[in-house]
Formats: sequence, structure tokens, C-alpha cells
Amino acid sequence: MSSQKKTTGRSWTWFHRFGSPEYFYRFAERWGPRSAVVTLLLFLTGLYWGLVIAPPDYQMGNSYRIIFIHVPAAWMSMFTYVIMAVAAGTGLIWRMKMGHIVAKASAPLGAAFTFCALVTGSLWGKPTWGTYWVWDARLTSELVLLFLYFGYIALANAIEDQKSANQAAGVLALVGLINLPIIHYSVEWWNTLHQGSTVSKLGRPSIDTRMLIPLLIMFAAFNFYYVTTLFNRVRCELVDQERRTKWVKELI
Amino acid sequence: MKSTRPMPADKTYIQQRTTTTLSSALWALLKRDLTIAYRHFGELMHPVIFFLIAVSLFPLAINPDPMFLQKIASGIIWVAALLSTMLALDNLFRSDYEDGTLEQLMLTSHPITVLILAKVATHWLVTGLPLIITAPLLGLMLNLPDSAYLALFISLSLGTPTMSLIGGIGVALTVGIRRSGILLTLVVMPLFIPVLIFGTSAVEAASVQLPFSGQLYLLCAMLIFSLSLAPLAIATSLRISLN
Repeated sequence: MSSQKKTTGRSWTWFHRFGSPEYFYRFAERWGPRSAVVTLLLFLTGLYWGLVIAPPDYQMGNSYRIIFIHVPAAWMSMFTYVIMAVAAGTGLIWRMKMGHIVAKASAPLGAAFTFCALVTGSLWGKPTWGTYWVWDARLTSELVLLFLYFGYIALANAIEDQKSANQAAGVLALVGLINLPIIHYSVEWWNTLHQGSTVSKLGRPSIDTRMLIPLLIMFAAFNFYYVTTLFNRVRCELVDQERRTKWVKELI
Repeated sequence: MKSTRPMPADKTYIQQRTTTTLSSALWALLKRDLTIAYRHFGELMHPVIFFLIAVSLFPLAINPDPMFLQKIASGIIWVAALLSTMLALDNLFRSDYEDGTLEQLMLTSHPITVLILAKVATHWLVTGLPLIITAPLLGLMLNLPDSAYLALFISLSLGTPTMSLIGGIGVALTVGIRRSGILLTLVVMPLFIPVLIFGTSAVEAASVQLPFSGQLYLLCAMLIFSLSLAPLAIATSLRISLN
């Protein structure tokens, strides 16, 4: 309602306004479609550049081209978890409902990114390593990350009271964030303990610029895709959780 | 409580009312939990029996050859101990939650984290300790080499309390949900992975007579880490669940 107040001189007030569900809804409604257009453009350029223009790899031939999906997805899977945990922490510490909602909306996206990274990774593994799955340290920690997402989603959906569900899931996200590095390093150590050097990574040369540029474009595309989808999910979640408030009733 | 009128939450009033010291409160809690566990002696045996059955499934399903079993013994025992700990976890706060004891505990003037630590400790005494005692027997059945028993004992002694503490967070988060069995597993199992990795790796190293102190140090670090942080997380989670 009064979100149009003049705020001059204070640099942090813009941040507080995002704590208001209504303001966030309007913001997401306004910027979501624009972000979607950017996502589409970035995906088209990145994919065309990566799949058609970029030269084939001297060792892996054309099969390396899955990197343009695989690496951004893997990166987003971890990035999303951090965002989710930070948002949940914001929600818990400052009792900002928006934090919880962003965290809850991020979780399925993160799980999807992780799944995507696992699937593309195993498809890539077949021509290069000769097998769909190895218990390589990175693959294993990515798998555990998927389990962490599943646990979070399951908990967030299991508790009936919305407020308790948000808070409980938030605690779990924070616990998971603390555990993530421990899991990562223990898995890495376990792998080196077990089998010495594995089949891992054919000595990958530092990437050529002609491949790097489309990869970076794909990174941007994945980020924008995340933002677009997050905005949509947050809007749905907001309408659901705030259905008893006046502004939602006016909206529908 | 004699007074029928609700008294104001005045600090001096609370101080007057709390005649118990922290240590006597802890002792009372410990004694109460142990007594309850002892009165349900049959229930007390459930994790151990589960442990035995789960381990004996592996030779039946995979291969009863002693040389083969020797190789996978450490993993089997540790996985079975993990599952058994997890199944036993559900009782940690459940009955106290249902009869309202937990709320009373939260209302005492004593620091809740310390009380929680006492509760987890008793729970470990009645579920974790029996596993540690039974484990050598299972090692015998799986033809575990003699050199591995010490590592098995120490790694389980460090690992099971860590799992109880980490698992306690999951229990506290799910205690308000009616049927939380599988959910608890989903929430807690990924967090157990580091403990499992170093536990098995210690036993495995010991069974081929390699030094295993490194893994034990890491297990010890995890125990101390969870001892210091898990009670805080459990307290927060319980507050959310009781709400």
C-alpha cells in the first residue's frame, strides 16, 4: 500500500521493502516476464554458440558439448542451496516471512538443477569414462546434495502449520549448509582413501576462449532461468500462504 | 505448585521457586529416563535385535564365504549400526512430547541445551551402548580380523553419540508430525554420511593393519563439533515444534 514512500538518503531501505510480501509480489510480477525474455535470449545464444560455433574438443570430439548444460547446472545446484540456506537464515533470524518463502521456492529448483547435473554427468561419463556412473567424489557429493534437497522438501511439506513448517525447514537448511562442506570433504577423502587415483577427469586442459564464452553465456542463462522461475514460484507460494490477507483477496 | 493464581513472570519469583540446582535437575532427568527405559526392557532390546537381524541378512543375501565377508564386514556392521541408531531415534522425544513432559522441560529455568544434552546422553546409553557391546559378536560372525576390533570399538563409541546428536535435530524437527518414520530417515540419513565414511574406513584400515588414528581423530572432531552445536539446534527445533 504505502510502498511508494519516498526514501532518500537511506541506502538499505530498498532491502527492507522486499520483506513485505505484497511489495515482493508486485516486484516479481513486474520483473519476472522481463527476466524470462532475457533467459530465452541467453539460452538461444549460448546453445547456438556452444553447439554450433564452438570448435570440437581435440580429445573428446563433440561429446564435450554437454559441458554447456552440465557445468552450469552443477554450479547452480550448489549456488541454489547456499541461497536457500541464507534466505532461510534471514527468515529465522529477522523473522522475515519472505526469507522462508524464497527458501521454500528455491528447494525444488535446486533439486532439479542437481538432478540435471547428475543426469548430464552420467551421459557425459559414458563416452569419456566408459560407464554411466562411477563413485567419484564429485558425483557422490552431488548425489548427497540431492538427498539433502529431498529431505528439505519432504520436511517443508510434511508439517501442516505453515509457520512451523517454514521455521523447521529453515533450521534443516542451515544444518545442511554447515554439513555440506563436511560431507564434501569426507567424500573426497573417502574416495582417495579407497582407490588411489580414479578414472577421474582426463587431464582437462584449461578451457579455450572459444568454448569459455558460450559457457559463460550459459551460466548467465541458468542464473536468469533461476530468477525467472523463482519469481513465479514465489508468487504462487505468496498467494497460497497469504490467502487470508486483504491484498491477496483484492488480487484474486 | 500450590498457588492457584498465575504469578507474574518476575525474576525474583522465579529465583525463589527454583530450589533445584542444575546438577540435581540433570541427575533427576537422567534417573527418570533410565528408569523409564528399564521399565520397558523389551523395547530396550529392539535396536540390538534389529542390529543382529540386519547384519545376518548380508551373508544370506550376498555370499557366506568367510574371506568375502571379511572384506565387507566393517561396512555391514557400520551400516547396520547406523540404521539401528536411526530407528531408535524416534523414541528420543516422542513420548515426552505426547505426555507434555517436553513442554515442562522447556519451562524450567535451567538452560534447555544442557537438559537436552542429558536427554540425548541417556538415549545413547540405552540405544547406542548396547550396539557397541554387540558389535564384536557380529564381527566374529562376519570373520572380522583380530586387528580390527579395537578400531571397531573406538569408532562406534565416537560415531554413535555423534549420530544420536545429529539425529536429535531431525527428531526435534519432526516430533510434531504424527507419522514421521520415513521422513525422519530422509532428513537425517544424508547428515550421517561423514560419520559412516570415517567409521568404516577406520575399521577397514585396521583390518589390513594400517594406521587408523587419522579417521578416529576426524570422528572425534565430529563428535566435539556436534556436542557443541547440536544441542543449540535441537533446542531451536523443539521450540519450533512445540510452538
